[in-house]
This record gives sequence, C-alpha cells and structure tokens, in this order.
Amino acid sequence: MSLIHLVILSPLLVAVLVPFLHKYFKKIHTGWFVLVLPLVLFIYFLQYLGTTMSGETYTSSMKWIPSIGIDFTIYVDGLGLLFALLITGIGALVVLYSIYYLSKEKEALNTFYVYLLMFMGAMLGVVLSDNLIVMYSFWELTSISSFLLISYWYHREKSRYGALKSMLITVFGGLAMLAGIILLYIMTGSFSIREIIANVDVVTSHELFVPALLLFLLGAFTKSAQFPFHIWLPDAMEAPTPVSAYLHSATMVKAGIYLVARMSPVFAGAPEWFWLVSGFGIVTLFWGSFTAVKQTDLKSILAFSTVSQLGLIMSLLGVGSAAAYYDYIGENAYTIATLAAVFHLINHATFKGSLFMVVGIVDHETGTRDIRKLGGLMNVMPITFSLALIGTFSMAGLPPFNGFLSKEMFFTGMLKAIDISAWNMDTFGIIFPVLAWVASVFTFIYSMVLLFKTFTGKLQVEKLDKEPHEAPIGMLIPPIILASLVVIFGFFPMLLKGVIEPALYSILPSNVLSVEVKIYHWHGFNTELFMTLGVVLFGVLLYLSVAKWGKIYEWFPQKLTLNKLYDGGLIGLERGSAAFTKSHMTGFIRDYLVMIFGFMVVLLGVLLFSTGAFETNLTNVAPVGLYEVILALVMVAAALTTLITKSRLTAIISLGVVGYAMSLFFVLFRAPDLALTQLIVETVSVALFLLCFYHLPEIAKEMNRLRFRLTNFIISVSVGLVVIFIGLSVNSSRLFESISDYFEEASYAEAGGKNMVNVILVDFRGLDTLFEIAVLTIAAFGIFAMIKLRLNDKKGGVKGES
Amino acid sequence: MKVNDMILQTVTTLLSFIILIFSVYLFFAGHYTPGGGFIGGLMTSSALVLILLAFDLKTFKKIFPINFLTVAATGLLISILTGVAALFFDVPYLTHTFDYVELPILGETALTSTLIFDLGVYLVVVGVAMTIIQTIGESE
Repeated sequence: MSLIHLVILSPLLVAVLVPFLHKYFKKIHTGWFVLVLPLVLFIYFLQYLGTTMSGETYTSSMKWIPSIGIDFTIYVDGLGLLFALLITGIGALVVLYSIYYLSKEKEALNTFYVYLLMFMGAMLGVVLSDNLIVMYSFWELTSISSFLLISYWYHREKSRYGALKSMLITVFGGLAMLAGIILLYIMTGSFSIREIIANVDVVTSHELFVPALLLFLLGAFTKSAQFPFHIWLPDAMEAPTPVSAYLHSATMVKAGIYLVARMSPVFAGAPEWFWLVSGFGIVTLFWGSFTAVKQTDLKSILAFSTVSQLGLIMSLLGVGSAAAYYDYIGENAYTIATLAAVFHLINHATFKGSLFMVVGIVDHETGTRDIRKLGGLMNVMPITFSLALIGTFSMAGLPPFNGFLSKEMFFTGMLKAIDISAWNMDTFGIIFPVLAWVASVFTFIYSMVLLFKTFTGKLQVEKLDKEPHEAPIGMLIPPIILASLVVIFGFFPMLLKGVIEPALYSILPSNVLSVEVKIYHWHGFNTELFMTLGVVLFGVLLYLSVAKWGKIYEWFPQKLTLNKLYDGGLIGLERGSAAFTKSHMTGFIRDYLVMIFGFMVVLLGVLLFSTGAFETNLTNVAPVGLYEVILALVMVAAALTTLITKSRLTAIISLGVVGYAMSLFFVLFRAPDLALTQLIVETVSVALFLLCFYHLPEIAKEMNRLRFRLTNFIISVSVGLVVIFIGLSVNSSRLFESISDYFEEASYAEAGGKNMVNVILVDFRGLDTLFEIAVLTIAAFGIFAMIKLRLNDKKGGVKGES
Repeated sequence: MKVNDMILQTVTTLLSFIILIFSVYLFFAGHYTPGGGFIGGLMTSSALVLILLAFDLKTFKKIFPINFLTVAATGLLISILTGVAALFFDVPYLTHTFDYVELPILGETALTSTLIFDLGVYLVVVGVAMTIIQTIGESE
C-alpha cells in the first residue's frame, strides 16, 4: 500500500472519526474538522500536475484478489487528475459552504459529513482506479452515498421518493456496466483499463464488442442523467443544497462523462459509439434546456440545466470520437470537440457549482425557491446578485466568461460534425448544429429567467417567510471563489492548458499524434460568432415574449411524461408480480398438489417417451396364479370403495381391507417378516384413523361423496398411468444382476443368521435401521409435544388449537 | 352404573402373558426365523394395549410406572452405542460380530452383537407405540 492508496481511502477513514468529533466537540461545527481533508487532498493532487504535464503517468498497485486479477491499481493520468482536482477542490468549497448552510443545532451533522466523505472517497476511487472491478465497487459506493445524501431529510416524503428513484436508476445502470466489464474481461482476459486499451484490436474485432459498448453506455447514461434516464436528477433536488451543488452538478453526474471519456480509446471509432454518444447527448441537451424554461423552482431549473449541459459535453465526446475513425479535414479537426468537452467540463463545474450555492443562499435567506414569489432581491443581496450574474451569463455563453469560450468551441465541433462523410452523417449531420443552436437559445432563456425573475422586479416581502438580507460572509466565500474562477478562466483560458492537455491525451486514441490547446477569446468573424449573436437575439426576443409562447408547454400530454412512465412502470411491476404470485400461490394445498403432480406427469411422461425409455418386455414375467388374481380383485374393489363411498367410516374400513390384502400378498410372495409387520402396522393405523374420525367436528361428519373434479381425475389417472409405464419399463429392461445372491450366501457364513431379512436389517444395512428407529422416536416425541405442550392462556383456554 | 368387564379382564390376565412370551420368542428368533426387534416390539406393545383396554389408564400406570419416552430414548441409545463399540476394535461403525459360546444352562449358543442392536430396536418400538397410544388416550 502506497501513499496514494491511503489518500484515496482517507475520506473513508476520516468518516469513521466524524461521529466522535461530533460528539466530543459539540461547540465547534463538525464541518471545520472535515474541511481540512479536501484541502490537503487538493494540494496533494496539485503535486501530480508536474508529472502529467510532462506526459508521464503515475501507477501504484496493491494486491486485492490477485487470483482473479483484481488488484487495487491506482493510475494517475491527465483525465483522472482533472477529476481528482475537481472533486477535492469543489469538495473543499462545498464543505465550507455547508458549515454556514447547515445549522449545528438543528441538523444531524455527523451523518451528513460521514455520507459526504464516503461520497468523496468513492468518487476519487472511481476516477483513479485502473482496475474495472475496483472502479465498479467505488461506482456503486457513489450511488449508495448519493442515495443517503438525497434522503438526508428522511422525514420528508419527497426526499425518500427522490432517493429511491435515483438509486433504482443509477444502480440499474451500474449493474449494466458490471455486465459490460465482464464482457470486456471475456474478450481480453484483463480487468485493467490500460491492458484493455493495449489490446484494443482484440476488442474491436470481437463479436461481443457491441453488447459491451451498449452496456457501458447504459451505465454512463444513467449516471450522467442522459435522456431518457435524466428523470432522477430533478427529484434529487430534495437533497440539501451543498449536496446538490457537489453531487448533482460538479462531480457524481460527471462520472458518466468520465466513463465515456475513459473508455473512448476502447470504443471510439465504432459508428454505434458515435451515434449513441453524440445522438443521446444532443437530444439530452435540447430536451433539458427546453424543459428547464418551464420550471418555477430555482433548483429544478438548475437540475434541468445540468441535464442539458451534461448532454452538451456528451455530444462533444461523441463527435470527438470521430477522430479515432479518420482525420482528414485539416489538422485534428475532431480533437477540438474533445477539447471543448474537457474545457466545458471544467467550466460547468465552476459556474454550476456557484449557481447552486447562490440558489441555496436565496433559499436560506428568503425561505423559498419559487421564482413566482421571488423578485427584486438585487438591492437587498448585491453580492449574491453579482455572483448569479456571472454564473448565468457564463451558462448562457456570453463573453467575457468562460462559458462563452466553451460554447464557441461547441459550435465549432458541431459544425465540423457535418463534414463527416461516413456513418450516414451526410444525411443526418445537419441535425447536430441545428439542435445545438436551438438548445443554446433555450439555455439563454432559462439563464435569464433564473437571473432576472429572482433579482429584478418588485420585492414581494409579504410572500416570503423571512425578511431577506445578505448572506453571511462564510456562505459567500465558496461561490465567490468559483465565480472568480469563471472570470479568470474566461480571460485567461490558457491557464488551464496544463490540465486540459494531459486529459486530452487520455481520451484521444493513440493515432492522434499531437494536440495543441489553443483557446482564444477572439477568433474572428466566423460562423460560430454569428450563431452566438443569433442565440442572443432570439433569446432576448423569446424571453420577452415568454408569456405568449409559453403555452406550448401545456400542449404536451401530461400522461405521457417520462416520470409518469417511471411511476406507472413501478406500480405495474408491483401489481404484476402481486397478480402473478396470487395466480398460483392460492393458499390451497389442493392447488399445489395439482401443480406438483401435473409437473411430475409432464416431466416424467415426456422424459419417458422422448428418450425412448418406454418398453414392454414380458419375457421374464412370472406366471399369474389364481390367488394373486383374487387378491388383486379384492384390493381393487376396496380401493374403489374408498374413492366412491359416501361415508368416511366405510372409507377407513376399506382402506384397512387394502392393507390386509397387502399383507396377504406378502404371504403369497413369501415375505413373512413383511406380512407380520404389515398386519400389525395396518391395525394400528386403522385404529388411529378411527380415533381421528371419532374426534371430527359434527359438521364435517356429514355424509358427503367425494366431489368429482375433472382436473383431479385427469391428473390422478395420468399419474397412475405414468407410474405404471415406468414400472413396466423398469421391469422390462434389467440392466444388471441383482446383488441378492451375495446376501443369500453371506448371511449365514459371515453374519451367523438364517433370517436373511433380519440380518440385512440389523447387520448389513444396520445404519438404515438405526435412523428409522430415530425417525420413530422423533415421531413419538413430536406427538407427545403436540398433545401435551399446548400453551394455555390465562383463562384456561387452549391457544393455537384453531 | 359401572360396566362389568370381568370376562375381558380375566382373559386379559391370561392372554397378555402368552402374547408377551410370544413377543419375546419372536424377538429372540429373529436371527434365524421370521421375527426380530420390530415385530417383537409391536407384539409386546399389543399385549400392553390389551391390558390398557381391559383395565384403564390409572391401573395401567400403576402396573407399569414407566415413562415410555425414556424407553424409546434408551433403545435408541443402545442401538447407537452398539455401533460405537465397534470403533474400539478398529473396525467401521456398526460392524457386528458373532460367536458360539458354551453357556451354563443353554449349552452351545450363538451369541451375536446384532442381538443388542435389535434390543435397541425392540425398546424403541415399544416406547414409541406406547407413548403414542398413552398420550392420545390421556388427551381430552
């Protein structure tokens, strides 16, 4: 175990201490203790920048389950480091923010920070693990800790609903990913990502390539809230705002992005990968931004906005994957899409994190997040307003903020996508820039809604729960830092060169030789700039006229939404399984017996005839004597009487007749011991039957003939026939000689007895007898216990006798 | 009015001994002729049941102040221990042995360890049968 293993596991280790810190230092907000850790980790990971910038990677391995190739291998490259810095950096800010956001008197802080640290450790594990199984373990830990964090206020029903929804959807995707991992293992014989990438030729030519690709994408899409799996993200907004800012904007939802980026060297170049990643991305982008406009809750707007921005990054990764296929237009034309994806990933984390914190401040200081109640906060909360302005303008893609730069690059990437001539892109390629542009218009609109509906207009104090005022400085520091980053990255994007370049090398396939990161604010009058101008123009127009065209949202049938589908699906599953269980678990023994015998007939009958085992060979049949015939007739008559008689007493007596006839058969077939035993046992059991009959309640003693049921009749007749057929077949083909000759010889010579049956019972097969008498003893104890040990209640009545 | 069962009771006192002796005969004869622990045990219990029927539970308990569950358990223990004894002679569990021994009165007799095993069976059968009948008879 090296230091970096300890670093990754350190959040989990510190989480163990949190409850103690909370208990013994009650006066200090627990968050202050926790804050140290992400800060230290951030500084630690900064040290690796030098390594990755020079193109090196760092690997450290620890044995976990070496026998099946599962080692805890840490692999630090550009992509992993970028995510690690995001996780620890924003983690530190979120912890600082939460110190002021969560009250130390009212909230259960110990659990909050335990979950948060669990999540941080899991996330670090996901992005830095080289072994897929280890990554999957951390992946599921992020799902679990996210589930716990969403339902932090577990007494609210909506929190529990949201947590369950996100759990079901992300775990569904996680399991699909596990299946994909196993498929990759089958193909390459390794769980290590680096080894799989090294054997990429094997993977691409293998027939399991497409199933593995689909399963991995299922995992990535559910985690990153891509259409149609995005429905869990808006419901996850029931979590405390620091959680939303951390998990549902900056880190966890980007795990899917990470997965797609990480697996790009394996899958990129395949048309399925290109179409699925970019197609679902662009649809998500459009649908998220379109839906965000109609939301009235600030966090819902941000949730759909996150969905939309994740779609943007995803579509860029998809278009970037074309670089793996071919690269003939200019120099590395499609790497710019990947570059844009990485750049926007960073930008989105900064502005979305700050926006969530701003919304949290508004919620905290006014008591509501409903934009219909808010307004005119500009003068009351000037700092918050400035932060919101920076965040929303960056999100809308306006200069001079970093969002503008990544949006321009996004347009470039989408425009380049038209030029792809393979994979039907010459037919459908035009969809990409068009959808991208329309989605950007909607992005502009909801960004403006977010800003102006909250901060301008008239202050409606009467509708608010609290008197609004500016937030405490500690709550403002984290969004201030993030917003400053938005501005700094906007003016000096080349600062990020050292982070972005190594990340690009991890994503892009090996056939792309060199990438140079060039991000400039001014790139001349080109198509992208005019597209942005169009976005602003149409955006302003549409924003001002939203009252007129906003009605189109009502056209959508409410019953056909994805949420309805999800809820209905769950209810349908429950009802369906309940109905299915009820349909065969009736609670009647009769029905179960019908099923058991039915299956027996079908299985044995089909087996008997399909394998050709049925045969009748009467050569070694002994001659039938007169006594046998008479006895058989008596037995059949008695058996039939049992079935068709009206009275139970007659049935018992005729059952006795069957038993005695049986013992006569034993006499006839020369089995004196059996005959003796059968006689006595039959007597005893008839006596016991009579006893039962005597104690029957009066109602049940009514004379009733057995009711005829056709199913029962068919099944009993077929059971009888199958058993007869099997008996005949067994008797017709004797495969081996019987071992009875040995017993005949050995019973006197070796055991000193002449009664062979008894010698077998007590000597040759004594063990059977031993356990049979054990069975008898248990039966006696059972009867004794059932009759004697009835629990008497206080009134002297007998319990449990119904 | 009390029912007078004199004939039945008198016959029972005679018959039960005959049945008991016959059951002991069946038990000992098991190794050479039809019989053995199981049938012997059942026969013994039928003698006991006859007594039970002719008299009543109280009288029966006075004559046989035995807990028949203990009898069954003892029988099981005997059978198990017979097998265990084989282990002391370095042979597999439940290996039996026999030999011809000169006994004072009976002369040359074949003695076999299976007889002890059979005794266990016999006791279990008697114990079980009597327990069942007695408990059911006592219950209301």
